[in-house]
Amino acid sequence: MKLRKDKLLSFGFFLIALSTLSALAVITIFIFVEGLPIINKVGVINFIFGMKWAPSQGEYGIFPMIIGTLSVTLGAALIGVPVALCVSIFLTEFAPKRVRTILRPAIQLLAGIPSVVYGFWGLTFIVPTIRTYLGGPGLSILAGSLILAIMILPTIISISEVSLLALPGLYKQGSLALGATHWQTIHRVLIPSAKSGIMAAIILGIGRAIGETMAVIMVLGNAVALPRSILDPARTLTTNIGIEMGYASGEHQQALFATGIVLFVMIMLLNSVAQFIVRKR
Amino acid sequence: MKMKIRPKTSELIAKFIIWFVSILVVLLLFFIVSFILIKGLPTMTWQFLTESPKDMGRSGGILSTIVSTLMVTVLAVLFATPFGVGTAFYLTEFTRETKVTRLIRFSAESLAAIPSIVYGLFGFIFFVIYLKMGWSVLSGGLTMGVMILPTIIRTSEEAIRSVPIGYREVSYSLGGTKWQTILKAVLPSSFPGIATGVILGIGRCVAETAAVILTAGSSLRLPTSIFDPARTMAVHFYILAREGISMERAYGTATLLIIIILAINIAANMIVNRFVAKNR
Amino acid sequence: MTKQAKIIIKNLNFYYNDKCVIKDFNLEVFPNEIFALFGPANSGTTTLFRAITRLSDLDHTARMEGQILIDGKDIHAQDISVNELRRRIGMVFEEPIALPMSIFDNIAYGPRLSGIKDMTVLKEKVERALRLTVLWDEVKDRLNTSALRLSGGQQQRLCIARILALGSEIILLDRPCAALDPISTLKIEESLRALKAEYTIIIIPHSVQQAARISDRAGFMLMGDMIEQGPTKDLFTNPVEQSTSDYITGRFG
Repeated sequence: MKLRKDKLLSFGFFLIALSTLSALAVITIFIFVEGLPIINKVGVINFIFGMKWAPSQGEYGIFPMIIGTLSVTLGAALIGVPVALCVSIFLTEFAPKRVRTILRPAIQLLAGIPSVVYGFWGLTFIVPTIRTYLGGPGLSILAGSLILAIMILPTIISISEVSLLALPGLYKQGSLALGATHWQTIHRVLIPSAKSGIMAAIILGIGRAIGETMAVIMVLGNAVALPRSILDPARTLTTNIGIEMGYASGEHQQALFATGIVLFVMIMLLNSVAQFIVRKR
Repeated sequence: MKMKIRPKTSELIAKFIIWFVSILVVLLLFFIVSFILIKGLPTMTWQFLTESPKDMGRSGGILSTIVSTLMVTVLAVLFATPFGVGTAFYLTEFTRETKVTRLIRFSAESLAAIPSIVYGLFGFIFFVIYLKMGWSVLSGGLTMGVMILPTIIRTSEEAIRSVPIGYREVSYSLGGTKWQTILKAVLPSSFPGIATGVILGIGRCVAETAAVILTAGSSLRLPTSIFDPARTMAVHFYILAREGISMERAYGTATLLIIIILAINIAANMIVNRFVAKNR
Repeated sequence: MTKQAKIIIKNLNFYYNDKCVIKDFNLEVFPNEIFALFGPANSGTTTLFRAITRLSDLDHTARMEGQILIDGKDIHAQDISVNELRRRIGMVFEEPIALPMSIFDNIAYGPRLSGIKDMTVLKEKVERALRLTVLWDEVKDRLNTSALRLSGGQQQRLCIARILALGSEIILLDRPCAALDPISTLKIEESLRALKAEYTIIIIPHSVQQAARISDRAGFMLMGDMIEQGPTKDLFTNPVEQSTSDYITGRFG
């Protein structure tokens, strides 16, 4: 009977939809199972705040890498967010239609370029430039921040643009009707109204920056010591895993999984915050 | 004395900055892409594309990497599309959020946020080691499948939701059951949106390095089955560039990658435009 | 011999969450007649239609008490298939909704849903439906082109044809001509008059004049209440209730 077929189909699709849940569960379980023992052995505090990462000597402190991640991400945000906002505003408020039809696909293209290509480009251009004009080895946090800033532009731009476009046209008209200039309208009415969408875009961009590996490996220099300035080379949580997984084994490998756990937790927290903001809208 | 900038002045300054920055971004993109293309196009000969790498990549072409990329991508799409589209159908079947749909959506959003290197770790420990698939096209394809699953779910759901509610009502009022309606009245209209999602997923597979290198390996040999290890183009580029093996061939590989990504973006945009035009 | 009513609605109360939108409603519609259910907007007319076809089942905030009987059988009875019910009652919405497929496929959609695959049978049904709605001559040469290219009036007639192809016995029309020009309106009213020989029709007219033009019996619905119902001639020349005559003469609404 048709009703039974319907119920069966409903159930079938339900099982299919469970795939997302099970995928998340399996990923979480396996990463944690592989990484937790070493965290237990070394101690959570020692692991997260330990200054020395020397697997050959059994030392697994990831604090320098956490600093690396945080500074590179912060730098990327400081550079990338204002630029992304500029471009979003440009797209929604200033760009003539012809420019828009070129710029939007261009940004989509930017989003699709492989991260290794960005890294390579950074290695070829940004690193020597920094070395020449600012000193240091060039392979540095600054280089990483710059590359990441470019890479997270499309994410922030596209979501901010959506938020700005979703605003009722009456907001803008109302403000202009009260005598405000275009720019006043933008920064007093439009941006504040799209605030939660823009915030979500920024958080997602930051999440991408934290998770990026390949581009950063190529420009960051991969020094295990704690960086002291933005011209110093460093390692991030991601590059730590990326570089050493190729040859790690045993405890060392477990420690890399443990690094993965830290990354995973960081991203989950960030993601939950972003979803909370989006829902609060 | 507090200096007040007249609105007209601040407007000019703001406009200037915005235009300046935006043009800078466009120039930057242009610079990056043309840099790769200029250096790499000369290397893109027919021979380059049809010969396999020789001497660890110092000479020869990139055929095996092209085939590897194709195999991994196709596998990933074959796996992710039914699960992704099916999940999207399930989510849109309900008119309101239940605990289950909220949970599934949370999972999908979370999967989207996980860094690719963590996917690599997962793929390694689960497919390569635990399921004993070894470094192989299979491990790589399945890992990538999970990675692009959220993308396909998101775009499919959007496509399905944008189908006018009238279509559903008409189908129901003609006596259609829920799934008859979904499959016969909704799916055909949402097909372009879904196709776009799949194409974007393909783009991600082609561009991905971190997750693939840990699951499909880096063997340069031409894979003859899905159980063989494989090196995709993105991984090949990484290794060539990082180890300085052959800059020429690195640029060539990168050029091919960019051309493919460009083609994918164009295809996706064309589908969207044709769809919009057809429904006017 | 008293004709058995085709549709009987007894003491219907309809709620969206806690808001009562149809109150203590009673209605009888007889076979082979056109019944006009008229009244100002938001009186609950559309809701009533959705209740009859159980489209309201799809809305989880909707709730009803009372009975709706078709051919003497309660539509909420356990052994009634909701899909069968909807096939027997065809509904035409205010906005003509052509599905994004060819003219032929649009009309064949309903029969195909109920399992008819034979092309000759389908072709027959499509032609018959299109003739009944006076569309056949206009579209017979382009049955395979997209239905979205038809004009509004043609699309609306297509929607009616869609129902006829299904073999429904009852046709509900919710302001079918609201978006149409006078000529298309006339054509549709013409088809309805021809159709009533084989079908039972309830129409929510977009104007009082349309109700007067084509219906045999009519009912005035205001804010969820059935104020008055009866043969059209009597209702329009000698309304009993003050509000009915006020509405008909245009004093409000």
